[in-house]
Amino acid sequence: MITIDTISKKYGQAEVLNVKSIDIPTGQSFGLVGNNGAGKTTLFNILLDLIRPTTGSVTSHNIQVSQHEDWKKFTGSFIDESFLIGYLTPEEYFEFIGDLRGMNKADIGSFLNQFEEFFNGEIIGKKKYLRDFSKGNQKKAGIVAAMMGSPKVIVLDEPFANLDPTTQIRLKTIIKKLTENKEITVLISSHDLTHITEVCERIVVLDKGVLVKDLETSPATLKELESYFSV
Amino acid sequence: MISHFLKLEWKQFIRSASFGKSLGLKILMGFFALYFILSFLTIGIGGYFILKKIFPESDPLQIVNSYLLFAILGDLIFRYLMQKLPIMNIKPMLTLQIKKSTLVHYVLGKSSFSFFNILGLFFYIPFALVLIKEGYNVAGVLGWLLTMILIIQSTNFLNFIINKNNIAFAILSLILISLVGLQKFDIVDVVGFGGHLFDVIYANPIYSLFGVVLLILLYQLNYKQLHGQVYLDAAVSVKVEEVNTSDMTWANKLGDVAPFIKNDIRLIWRNKRTKTVFLMSFLFLFYGLIFFTQETYQEMPAMLMFAALFVTGGFTLNYGQFIPAWDSAHYKMLMSQGFKYRKFLESKWVLMVAMTTILYVLSFPYLYFGTDIFLIITAGAVFNIGFNSLFLLYSGSFNRKKIDLTKSGFGNTQGTSATQFLIIVPLMLLPMLLFWIFNKFVGHNTGFIIVATVGIISLSLKNYALNFIEKKYIKDKYAMINAFGKEA
Repeated sequence: MITIDTISKKYGQAEVLNVKSIDIPTGQSFGLVGNNGAGKTTLFNILLDLIRPTTGSVTSHNIQVSQHEDWKKFTGSFIDESFLIGYLTPEEYFEFIGDLRGMNKADIGSFLNQFEEFFNGEIIGKKKYLRDFSKGNQKKAGIVAAMMGSPKVIVLDEPFANLDPTTQIRLKTIIKKLTENKEITVLISSHDLTHITEVCERIVVLDKGVLVKDLETSPATLKELESYFSV
Repeated sequence: MISHFLKLEWKQFIRSASFGKSLGLKILMGFFALYFILSFLTIGIGGYFILKKIFPESDPLQIVNSYLLFAILGDLIFRYLMQKLPIMNIKPMLTLQIKKSTLVHYVLGKSSFSFFNILGLFFYIPFALVLIKEGYNVAGVLGWLLTMILIIQSTNFLNFIINKNNIAFAILSLILISLVGLQKFDIVDVVGFGGHLFDVIYANPIYSLFGVVLLILLYQLNYKQLHGQVYLDAAVSVKVEEVNTSDMTWANKLGDVAPFIKNDIRLIWRNKRTKTVFLMSFLFLFYGLIFFTQETYQEMPAMLMFAALFVTGGFTLNYGQFIPAWDSAHYKMLMSQGFKYRKFLESKWVLMVAMTTILYVLSFPYLYFGTDIFLIITAGAVFNIGFNSLFLLYSGSFNRKKIDLTKSGFGNTQGTSATQFLIIVPLMLLPMLLFWIFNKFVGHNTGFIIVATVGIISLSLKNYALNFIEKKYIKDKYAMINAFGKEA
């Protein structure tokens, strides 16, 4: 259960985010859409305590994220390439994150094996540093790293961007599988309305920092979103 | 077209990272630049008179001439190591309506004005002016100067043809070494021959036209070579590095801090700038030689302390001052992981202490200069380990400048702010002052003892200090994330 309570963020006079209240029950697949500057990444950054909100607070599984750090143990995230360590190989990066999340070498190995198909032979054993990978392959590594150490909450900012079509489809399967048992909460944002309506059971639309729509996904949702955004 | 390029160059210059710096840093860098220009000018103007004074019976021009061959070869080797053709600049223009030949001329032409070509002129031009004033043949001197400029330019283009070719580099070094060797063992009079070569040009300035031919030839070669390679998969490609993975399971013994230590070692070894810092710290080992061998410094205990701190502290001081900016690129990620911040700080501390210890062991040969010198180095090492390592961690919490690790290492001041200047006070001046005061007013051995004691006391307070430092980092977390997220 994640509770977002009257979060707002101001830079000088400009208010970039102002959200009254959102409750995200455990196990929900939660989607965030909005045009550039809508405040999606800001909201995620506040959720991860990377930015301080001007007002309000976020509580994740009974822990207020800006007060205690225990939420980090059950939260995996990938916001952008700055979450990667450019001078490591993917294997070393996974080892590093795995170490921090209390996994041993064998754990890491069997964890990565699950993603063999997702990696499509382009990540492991490439003898390249992460900084030299293409954007899409960097993203693959980052997304998988966010899932390490069996987190209860996974935050992915625009996970579909830069991925090739096959990987997009595989990622959708992975996300659906994660939330199958209603134990893992997945929060994603996207600019692709089709993808997000497909994987998320709930979609929130932000516009200039304000919540304008909060929809339970149904067959009609995609149409509704498309008509909303085609101004 | 040229005006377009010039406009771009100007914008690139004024918007470059070195201009975006704070005012204080700009002034400081301005002073450094001025200093170098002035020193070359002084050598250029004063060179004639100095040579005249030391070797009254020979002609200064001939003395300079006789060593020019070595200077040219040395210059070439220096360029080989440092200079690169600025080819990536044209990437955004490849698809624009500009002829490929224009682009190639632009890149080559631009390289003509690089720093490497300008610096020498600060010597040659004033030297030539002095020669004319001293009554040398004007045409001869001008021909000689023209030859020098042509040679500098030719070296410039020759370097790009060699272009990081290791075999060529080996041959160059071999030639230089054998020339020095031939001269040294009086087998061939290289100095005399080289001198003669340039004397002839002075006597017959028309020969300088050979330089023009050489330059045109080299330029054409460069042009041909480059013109066929203006493709994203040829010259204009980003080089992908080979990975060097080494087994680091040994580090696992270090327990909690192991993942960070492993990461730091990789960070240091796989990025140019950190690698430079690491390798330079071994050069600093020799820093003491400058001070300990000179009579003048024997009476200046503070300067001896200064040198001693650098002998063992090369790594701690140079690496430590930019903690945690080395991790600025992925700082956000680190802050969203569940680990004790202390472990992160402790790993840096372990690294600094380990390196200082290694450097200290390597400094044992300084015993040759006597126990006093060795005691100073020991006191410096203890101070570096005890006080400086912890203090640098603390001062690091004031770092708000991002460091882009992919940028080059040498002379890169990215990440520098007022912090880097302020911390010199406790890091260097404090031990120097303590040493000086106790040495002068209390007695000889108290100097070492007091500096080492400060180190030992700090070391014994390590846990307490780390708690304090950790709190400071956690408090400043958001400000750091924000600052490190901004483009450097």
